[in-house]
Amino acid sequence: MSAPALASPVVVEALGVSMHFDGVTAVDDVSLRLRERELRCLIGPNGAGKSTFFKMLSGQLRPSVGEVWLKGRRCDGLQTHAIARLGLSIKTQVPSLMNALSVAENLWLAAHVHHKGEAADQRVEQLLTELGLGRLRASPAGALAHGQRQIVELGVALATDPWLLLLDEPAGGLTHGGVEHMAQLVRRLAARITVVVVEHDMRFVRNIAQTVTVFHQGRVLAEGDADAVLADPRVRDVYLGREAA
Amino acid sequence: MGKARVFGWGFGAAAAALLLAPFLFSDYTLTLLCVQALLALSLAFVWGVGGILCFGQAAFYGLGAYGYAVCSLNGADAGVCVLGGVAAATLFAVALGAMMFYGRIGDVYLGVVTLVATLILYKYMNSTAGSEYAIGSARLGGFNGIPGFTPLYVPGRPDWPITGTALYALVALSLLGCWALCRWLMQRPFGRVLAGTRENELRAELLGYDVRWVRLLAFALGGALAGLAGVFYAVWAELVTPELFSLGTSADAIIWVLVGGLGGLAGPIAGAMALGALKGLLGAQQMVSSLFVFGALLIGVVLFLPRGLAPMLVAGVARLRAPRGAAHTTHTAASGEAER
Repeated sequence: MSAPALASPVVVEALGVSMHFDGVTAVDDVSLRLRERELRCLIGPNGAGKSTFFKMLSGQLRPSVGEVWLKGRRCDGLQTHAIARLGLSIKTQVPSLMNALSVAENLWLAAHVHHKGEAADQRVEQLLTELGLGRLRASPAGALAHGQRQIVELGVALATDPWLLLLDEPAGGLTHGGVEHMAQLVRRLAARITVVVVEHDMRFVRNIAQTVTVFHQGRVLAEGDADAVLADPRVRDVYLGREAA
Repeated sequence: MGKARVFGWGFGAAAAALLLAPFLFSDYTLTLLCVQALLALSLAFVWGVGGILCFGQAAFYGLGAYGYAVCSLNGADAGVCVLGGVAAATLFAVALGAMMFYGRIGDVYLGVVTLVATLILYKYMNSTAGSEYAIGSARLGGFNGIPGFTPLYVPGRPDWPITGTALYALVALSLLGCWALCRWLMQRPFGRVLAGTRENELRAELLGYDVRWVRLLAFALGGALAGLAGVFYAVWAELVTPELFSLGTSADAIIWVLVGGLGGLAGPIAGAMALGALKGLLGAQQMVSSLFVFGALLIGVVLFLPRGLAPMLVAGVARLRAPRGAAHTTHTAASGEAER
């Protein structure tokens, strides 16, 4: 795993974004820069605004204030599908799949966005093999166990060939071995594309993280090298209390 | 048995049944049943395949019929009249669909909006009795509707009318053609994406599909098919009235689709024909109201066969054919597709 060179271009820029819901401020003046092939972890207690921030990046929510730029293009205000077409892909917190459709069909729908005809089928086969899902290809996605759904959802997010991948709690509900497997996958992906991970599982974060951003009450509390940030007493106070003990 | 083969056998059997039916029943009755089946097919595609809850399929049906009648009274050729009816229904579907989908109206609200749109047309058409309500030389006629337009004929040849068995053959072939078209679309990327938007709108958006556009296309196609059904209804009945826009027409289509099996195409087609025939039989007696029978039937199906009759029959056949133990797998594999 190599850290992205400082010379790598900045590909994601959130400039002072805020999100207000009926008087409640979920995200408050957050700015974030991500470089090409960077692997960034967003951590913070529940309600810190991490998932809301993801929703603003992916266009599901329009920031109340602030700007989002992806590869030099201003994206706040664009439709969700238009942002996705620019090369952003997201694995949501609760796996969001087409439940009545088979695993292969779910992957095909994702692959078809950028691959037409046989190329889409080839991409599906490739992903089924890579993710070890071959046996489940014909199973309806709704019939799978939670861990399997997490992997399928990751496959769906990858099938669109994104350059920016947002993973919301990829290790949630996985077994110890599953977490290890997911961490390997994420590290391998980060060698090629920019990956942002929201995660609560600190073993997982330590396993993959280079740079960590800590959210607290909608703001960025700390940001920097993983070991340094996790050792920061303020971070321990607000979030890691038990974890650090 | 592969999905395509199951469909092929079902399609062949349906075609044979439609071919032989005139030996047993009157052309007049069969034509109406095929018209209703086409209306059911349009709703089955929009609702069952596209997941768009449309309680107003009657709007497109009625507009198709009125479109034909108005064009005909203005002296247009029969071919133009058919196209005019279908175009009226399609344009209304595009306008209504664009408002709903681009306005981010979803779920049950789609049902409310489509139903209200139909009832507005119903009210409006009922209030057009005055001579000022005319399109060209076609008076809309209020609750009496529009009578006296030219029956269908071979385009360009007014001396070759299409009536009786010929009309039945035309409607039956159109039904088969539209069924095959819908089935073909379901296999194409468009149909697969449409099924994806039905299953999970947010995921489809996050993948990069413009769900509004996909739904609008499906809704417009459903409107066009219902409009064609309306055109055939006008030709069959030789009269169009505001009753076409009524709650009853919309409710009938919903009952046909639910009883036949939401999600497939063959089930709703068969449901429309069977229930249409049943309605005819019930109408010939005074003992029980047909409304009561259909209400009870709908409740029974929703409670005991929530997937409808066709999927249940297909699953039953699969269970009989499959060796013991394999029955369940065959059921799940077969029932999803075979009834289409």
